Amino acid sequence: MNYFLTEDQKMIKDLAAQIAREKLLPIRAELDETGEFPWDVVQTLAKSDLFRVFVPTEYDGLGGGMFEMCLVVEELSKVCSGIALSYAASGLGTIPIILFGSDEQKKKYLPRLAAGEILAAFGLTEAGAGSDAASIKTTAKPDGDSYVLNGTKQWITNGGEASIYTVVALTDPARGVRGSSTILVEKDHPGFTFGKKENKMGIRASATRELVFQDCRVPKSNLLAKEGMGFLVAMKTLDQSRPGVASQALGIAQGALDYAIAYSRERKQFGKPISSFQGVQFMMADMATQVEAARALCYAAARSIDAGEKDVSRLSAMAKVFASDTAMKVTTDAVQICGGYGYMKEYPVEKMMRDAKITQIYEGTNQIQREVIALGLIKESVRGPARGSIPAKA
Amino acid sequence: MKVIVCIKQVPDTTNVRINPETNTLVREGVQSIINPFDVYAIEEAVRLREKHGGTVTVITMGPPQAVEALREAISLGADDACLVSDRAFAGADTLATAYALACAVKKLGGADIILMGRQAIDGDTGQVGPGVAENLGISHVTDIRKIEEIVDGRIVVERLMEEGYARLAARLPVVLTVVKEINIPRLPSLKGKMAAKKAEIPVLKAADIGADTERLGLNGSPTQVMKIFTPPKPSGGKRFTGEPAETVGALLAELAAAGITIRKK
Repeated sequence: MNYFLTEDQKMIKDLAAQIAREKLLPIRAELDETGEFPWDVVQTLAKSDLFRVFVPTEYDGLGGGMFEMCLVVEELSKVCSGIALSYAASGLGTIPIILFGSDEQKKKYLPRLAAGEILAAFGLTEAGAGSDAASIKTTAKPDGDSYVLNGTKQWITNGGEASIYTVVALTDPARGVRGSSTILVEKDHPGFTFGKKENKMGIRASATRELVFQDCRVPKSNLLAKEGMGFLVAMKTLDQSRPGVASQALGIAQGALDYAIAYSRERKQFGKPISSFQGVQFMMADMATQVEAARALCYAAARSIDAGEKDVSRLSAMAKVFASDTAMKVTTDAVQICGGYGYMKEYPVEKMMRDAKITQIYEGTNQIQREVIALGLIKESVRGPARGSIPAKA
Repeated sequence: MKVIVCIKQVPDTTNVRINPETNTLVREGVQSIINPFDVYAIEEAVRLREKHGGTVTVITMGPPQAVEALREAISLGADDACLVSDRAFAGADTLATAYALACAVKKLGGADIILMGRQAIDGDTGQVGPGVAENLGISHVTDIRKIEEIVDGRIVVERLMEEGYARLAARLPVVLTVVKEINIPRLPSLKGKMAAKKAEIPVLKAADIGADTERLGLNGSPTQVMKIFTPPKPSGGKRFTGEPAETVGALLAELAAAGITIRKK
């Protein structure tokens, strides 16, 4: 497939692939076992300018967008989506600053994020607010020229490792979700601590922790956008970032498919490579078709976002749903093709299957994504039929 | 600090064949890479610049397509590059190559440190580094595994030996050839790759570097390759298997039977 990448985009893709091959491949199995945070790789990505690709040039970035970020995430995820997530989650934490930050806030944080000197994270989920993100309880009470934060954010990727956190909290709890705001909290703000590192099924090289706020005082200048816009900032951020999860899922699926094909050519049964059996061939054909379709949708969503399309919720939800369901199916089939070997930890596909599962869950479960898609369809229908379409009652 | 790195574009020798009729390497279809030892020299040069300031210029003598190796060197952190290329250089052995490179270095105004890899993986001679130094009339140290310090025009280095290392000092300017123990080369950066794509790389011809044409290329090369061949694998021999204590005993007995005795110290 020719996706008409520019010279710069090809360069980004090739460099990310080189780093994946040379730096991720040798350590992925070990980090999956130990759960150690991949700071060495983060530094390599930083020195190679990969954190710059989606940051505007005026803040030391290279001026690309979500598509460039997706290319990096896809290439890294082909080898290890756990390590790739440290990069992608920093992107998720950086997006709200790019979208809603004041010039002053951008100048303060973006150059260091672009250089990869520090990582970012995004804090929305709480114990009682998962899919129902509007029911968050963390408060940020205005007090003089500060906000005082209290509450706990749960399952925050890069928690404890990142230096800057985009946190959604209630500045006016009486107004519920309309009283929510997004606040930039720095790791060393007093009253900000972290819970224990979670022990996860997959993406084990990434750090997931609680963010605990106990009378955490943050200057009011760290408010992103305006008071009351917290939920909007979060939703707009997630609309933009979903192709990132989609490309992570896409990378996992492609990595598993590549491995299964190589294995099927080497593995002999009944005196022949198993790739010669139609049963295996049909599986691989379906896997490859699904992966390519996921890539087309993922790239289309990322490019629409970068082109400034207004309503991208539906498209980015479609990309996330399709790519993550594909990742789960393709990795499961890759384990099946590799048989007993595929089930063993000495071979990489069982890890890919464990890693794939989270992509159907986080940044909005696939059930929530389907609601977003359906609601978009219904809203559009209410507004009136699209030009050229046939009315239902005709 | 001005550093010049001399590199060579070589075939990726993991997959090289020899044409039995011409006794030369079959270059068609073989990917060209920067001589791996030279990548360590580039990295060390970039580290010197990061520590002491200055510039890193990379040069290579080779055909026009060697410009790709120079672009890669820029993506790895070099400031600029220069291709030394002319029909007159063709067929050069190490003597003529060292002479031409030394002329190019002079043309570029000389350098405080000239770095290169210990040897090229195609020719494997390791002679060009010392040859450049002799032509320039400056010191050289080969097989450097560490640059310890540079103070007041004096450099202290560690030279890798078969067992251990030698600690040596030299006056600048100096030619150093490096071994792979010296550093871990970085991966290219996007900014470097973009700079490399845009970089204008000047070409120096024989006339530009003021070289005596009698000392260039085939004319200036006393070495002639008579034959290149793949040596036959040694056959025969006898393999002793088992516990070391037994196999050593069996080997000694066999040698003794053949009339070879081992003198004990």
